[in-house]
Amino acid sequence: MTDQIFEYAPAPESRAIVDIAPSYGLFIDGEFREAADGKVFKTVSPATEEVLSEVAQAGAGDVDDAVRAARTAFAPWSALPGAERAKYIFRIARVLQERARELAVLETLDNGKPIRETRDADLPLVAAHFFYYAGWADKLEHAGMGPAPRPLGVAGQIIPWNFPLLMLAWKIAPALATGNTVVLKPAETTPLSALFFADVCRQAGLPKGVVNIVTGDGATGAELVAHPGIDKVAFTGSTAVGKQIARTVAGTHKKLTLELGGKGANIVFDDAPVDQAVEGIVNGIYFNQGQVCCAGSRLLVQESVQEELLESLKRRLRTLRVGDPMDKNTDVGAINSAEQLARIRELADSGEAEGAERWSAPCELPGNGYWFAPTLFTGVSQAHRIAREEIFGPVLSVLTFRTPDEAVAKANNTPYGLSAGIWTEKGSRILSMANKLRAGVVWANTFNKFDPTSPFGGYKESGFGREGGRHGLEAYLDVR
Amino acid sequence: MSSASTAPASTAAAPASALADVTASDASLRRYLHGLPGVDAVGLEARAATLATRSIKTTAKAYALDLAISMIDLTTLEGADTPGKVRSLCAKGANPDPSDRTTPQVAAICVYSDMAATAKQALAAGGGERIKVASVATAFPSGRAALSVKLADTREAVAAGADEIDMVIDRGAFLAGDYGKVFEEIQAVKDACRRPGGGEPAHLKVIFENGELSTYDNIRRASWLAMLAGADFIKTSTGKVAVNATLPGTLLMLEAVRDFRAATGTQIGVKPAGGIRTAKDAVRYLVVVNETAGPDWLHPDWFRFGASSLLNDLLMQRQKLHTGRYSGPDYVTVD
Repeated sequence: MTDQIFEYAPAPESRAIVDIAPSYGLFIDGEFREAADGKVFKTVSPATEEVLSEVAQAGAGDVDDAVRAARTAFAPWSALPGAERAKYIFRIARVLQERARELAVLETLDNGKPIRETRDADLPLVAAHFFYYAGWADKLEHAGMGPAPRPLGVAGQIIPWNFPLLMLAWKIAPALATGNTVVLKPAETTPLSALFFADVCRQAGLPKGVVNIVTGDGATGAELVAHPGIDKVAFTGSTAVGKQIARTVAGTHKKLTLELGGKGANIVFDDAPVDQAVEGIVNGIYFNQGQVCCAGSRLLVQESVQEELLESLKRRLRTLRVGDPMDKNTDVGAINSAEQLARIRELADSGEAEGAERWSAPCELPGNGYWFAPTLFTGVSQAHRIAREEIFGPVLSVLTFRTPDEAVAKANNTPYGLSAGIWTEKGSRILSMANKLRAGVVWANTFNKFDPTSPFGGYKESGFGREGGRHGLEAYLDVR
Repeated sequence: MSSASTAPASTAAAPASALADVTASDASLRRYLHGLPGVDAVGLEARAATLATRSIKTTAKAYALDLAISMIDLTTLEGADTPGKVRSLCAKGANPDPSDRTTPQVAAICVYSDMAATAKQALAAGGGERIKVASVATAFPSGRAALSVKLADTREAVAAGADEIDMVIDRGAFLAGDYGKVFEEIQAVKDACRRPGGGEPAHLKVIFENGELSTYDNIRRASWLAMLAGADFIKTSTGKVAVNATLPGTLLMLEAVRDFRAATGTQIGVKPAGGIRTAKDAVRYLVVVNETAGPDWLHPDWFRFGASSLLNDLLMQRQKLHTGRYSGPDYVTVD
């Protein structure tokens, strides 16, 4: 037996727990209905390209209906005592926990991310977010935003495909807790978990019209943003679309928060805990296939330990298990869409063309679906596109620095400012670096750690406004 | 440890020579151990917890269960140990599952030094010739005795036929920062592992008692200290204190042996001991071995479990896998 190898047998999560209907409508005023013009689009599983379901494409009239339903629901919902709203939100959180396995499987099918992540990261955080903001609902006068802060009204919310249900939670939980009603548009490639969430709302007995879900592409999103009946726009997505939205709402009464792209620097000093730094780098850029706005996509390593660290990192990358996201042992799943895969390929190719050295972990990629092997580039300079543009994929750009000042200068030398990481055993250095880094989140000796109590958001072109924590309430309260 | 020349000429010379300067003086040894990369406790424990979620099924599980059985140092270390108890343990180790002769034998029987001879005879008589006898020594478990007593203990165990010596380090000296003393003691015990009449010296396992070292930084330093001094194996615990083998602690030691081999070319084994009772736990350890040190360590020569009740749980899981149903504790032998 000793000449055998320890090859993990497939351990697929059962998909029997989730029942996906052949088609889904829009969730407006507590009911599912088709789009007025009957248009639909397909959503596929990125790991297999299998069509999962057909989903309604909301047009201008549908968006209008949804906003009207939310407006009608706003008066009674916002008039409820906070403790009563909290009951509904707590109920939603509990239903989400009860259905966590089902939703994790659904999310993995629709998004392509590994079941280990949806099971152990996405779903627990989703429930935690609702629990956390449910707790705020009856304490808003103590949030430091005035003696009796008022809700804004109807919030139009647009979320990305990288953490579909978690981004929904980040948007809907604070909005409901503060007494707003919402019209939410999930991303075109990952509409299913939001539609299942609509069912969760029904199960929790949420009054109709408080949460409305309109599915569709960018055109639907544009209708929502431009609709005169909404009071607030909350968007998470690309910087390009964020800028368009800012133009649309400029000059209106609409309050806006944007959570956009990033090019996070993960800074490793020579006295870092090496093995944990390697784990942090892996978690920073290969978690969710690197499709994370706050990903640590630039590794800044002190020159004196570069060789040693890269050797450890490459050894670790060889153990990453890439493949079927439904397998419980998979570490890296599929890229969300063909379009995204093309973007990653284009940028990775530009890295090679511009002279950086490309290295990929040896791994067999499945024949169907959208896949990209975990990759790193060494010899990257600040001038390279792969050091400046957000790749939004499992591609790490490795740069070096010699002194803390140089690390700060390079880390801040980006139009973005969402996240950064510092790896050192020296506490005073963590504090001084954190003060100088222009990033909304600075992690010390860890990366990509999320908690509903902690505010999250960007500097510069990474957006404005904060989600999570007490600060996250401000985006949905009239504190102007 | 005034100079490297006082180091006993033992098989330890090879690994130590690559880092000879390090052990040249107390001060250099101290500088080296304190210059090792720090360990971030939160990150280490998170990594171990992630690896513990690996799902090992069907063929992989069958392989892992058999491998785990073959890695067990089946242990009895009680004041109440008798020759009869030791003989019955040896019989169990040689033939773990009487209902299934394809079950692998355990790696070793681990006993106190006064039982080593009994174990050796029982194994020879009962079809367990290939099973090693491991004897604890050096005033196990506390390690609180004069060096002369520890060495005598070791020599007697070796003379009684022990194939492996499980020594404990002097935690007091380690925590007091007297690394030189710990280093010299390990070297001296290593020297005492040689057989006066020639022949293969006993393999030396060095027990840190991680629960008493308390911090992960200490565990990493102890690992390097023991490897530099000539340990063949590094071992987590005696099983006699509140905190014994833990998954993060073992992961850390596996990183140490991995890095030590990269630095010196010498491969050292790892043995978690104490508190590993279920097949599920054992499989988690094997996953950690596989994904930390790598497949080279997935062999009884390089990884062991110090355990007693673990074996029966592995056997029950093995029966379940082969027959499709759970049998229960009456279908495995109690020894």
